[in-house]
Amino acid sequence: MPILVYAESDQGIFKKITQELISFARAIADQMNTEVVAAVTQDPSNANLGQFGAHKVLNLEQPSLSEFNAELVAEALTQAARATGASTVIVSSSANSRYMAPLLVVALEAGYVPNVVGLPQSYTPLTVAHNVFTNKATAFTSLQSSISILGLSKNAYGVHHYDTNAEITKQEVTLSPSSVEVISLDKASNKVMIADAEVVVSAGRGLKGPENWGMIEELAEVMGAATACSKPVSDLGWRPHSEHVGQTGKPVSSNLYIAIGISGAIQHLAGINSSKVKVVINTDPEAPFFKAADYGIVGDAFEVVPDLIQKLKEFKAQNA
Amino acid sequence: MKILVCISHVPDTTSKINFNADQTAFDTTGVQYVINPNDEFGLTRALWFKEKQGATIHVVNVGGPETEPTLRKALAIGADEAIRINQPATDGYSVAQALATVVQEGQYDLVIAGRESIDYNGGMVPGMVAKICGYAFVNTCISIEIDGTTVTAVREIDGGKENLKTTLPLVIGGQKGLVEESDLRIPNMRGIMQARTKPLHVKQTENSNTMSQTLRYEKPAPKQAVTLVENAEQLINLLHNEAKVI
Repeated sequence: MPILVYAESDQGIFKKITQELISFARAIADQMNTEVVAAVTQDPSNANLGQFGAHKVLNLEQPSLSEFNAELVAEALTQAARATGASTVIVSSSANSRYMAPLLVVALEAGYVPNVVGLPQSYTPLTVAHNVFTNKATAFTSLQSSISILGLSKNAYGVHHYDTNAEITKQEVTLSPSSVEVISLDKASNKVMIADAEVVVSAGRGLKGPENWGMIEELAEVMGAATACSKPVSDLGWRPHSEHVGQTGKPVSSNLYIAIGISGAIQHLAGINSSKVKVVINTDPEAPFFKAADYGIVGDAFEVVPDLIQKLKEFKAQNA
Repeated sequence: MKILVCISHVPDTTSKINFNADQTAFDTTGVQYVINPNDEFGLTRALWFKEKQGATIHVVNVGGPETEPTLRKALAIGADEAIRINQPATDGYSVAQALATVVQEGQYDLVIAGRESIDYNGGMVPGMVAKICGYAFVNTCISIEIDGTTVTAVREIDGGKENLKTTLPLVIGGQKGLVEESDLRIPNMRGIMQARTKPLHVKQTENSNTMSQTLRYEKPAPKQAVTLVENAEQLINLLHNEAKVI
């Protein structure tokens, strides 16, 4: 009754979230005395997924799966789960996984808990801790189904290394045509994506105008970070909608979130709450964000940020 | 076109989150309930379809009598009829089964659900309803246009957007982008008056199988006070040596 992992890849690259997922599955598999099977839809031969804990790799690759399609991936994973007799399927919190998972839930008649924040609390029944109330609380939920699907929160479990040699097997799946067709993709290909980023640099109305964003972009570049913004900034059109983070924008679960000139409205905090470390730079010592922050500087962004950029460059040079 | 908008009855964003004495349920004392934010965008978009192309709009909620004020608010905003499925919203699975029954009975062309509700953050109901009913499904939908039965939609993905083509009948997991925040319709006096007499049907379904049970809740440990520093150098030092994030 192996643990099946939906080992996502993008353009043939198996990103950190997939590595975390496999490590997480391995820890569970070790407790349940079973194996991890990583199901992939793109060529796994160079990925060495065994090093993250996979025992086997199931290659579902075929032309209709070369681009992500939720319906087709769900159908392929359904067949893989049945073929392997999987008891548990592990998926990530990516947009694609969240799109696909509910379809898999119905096909497998599985119980599903997303936003899982750690290894199961118990195995009989399978009980997990997961974030609820937009990260303001934790729920402990037991699954009552014969197959369970767990959605792991980003950054909730690290990447662990194993010495496993994962055998790759090809699995043929029969897929019916999908009811949804992708016509085109608009991707900002050079920029770090908020969903993937370890560090997010975010700015708000305190920057006074879109013309002042140069230093934010420079700071992000020095840190290898994604850029983000508050809702008012997005509504004013100073920054693209895709940068809006918060309750009705994108969620942020990075290791480090730096908020510059953002007061910290509840809706903003709700969306960025699962970042590990929050830094606030604001001229107003009464800004609500300071109550939610781990570190802060009360000061003028137009002085602090250039200084931060400079000092970070020096720091990087020293630690190279 | 028949549109069904799924409405979740959720605590307002600013609510303090507390649980009852044995930590087994959310404490609703003093909590203001609202239409789930993601659902609001879908409801206004449905109204645009009604005004520009002609459509009837039904709204549906799974819950007890306490959710009726929220359904009345959706009627006041402009929906034509409301349906309350009389059962607790125990888990995503049972809610999706209940909604699917209404979808199938009503033969809706378009079902709009919020992609995620701010209380339990399951994000699973829209997709499950689609799969149970055999409808096409687009999640994180930030734009939708319908011409006959042909649909062009835009899905928000990590790092960009996907332009999609599909057909009715369709379920979408909606969010901001379907309309902008400034476009959201709010109830006016006339709407509120009319809402009182618009139909609100209460239904029972036979499906209330649950797949999961929440045993208890916990609030996070109280947060430590912020560490304020004076300059960038001190910040970098702490981020590197203490927080270990750079």
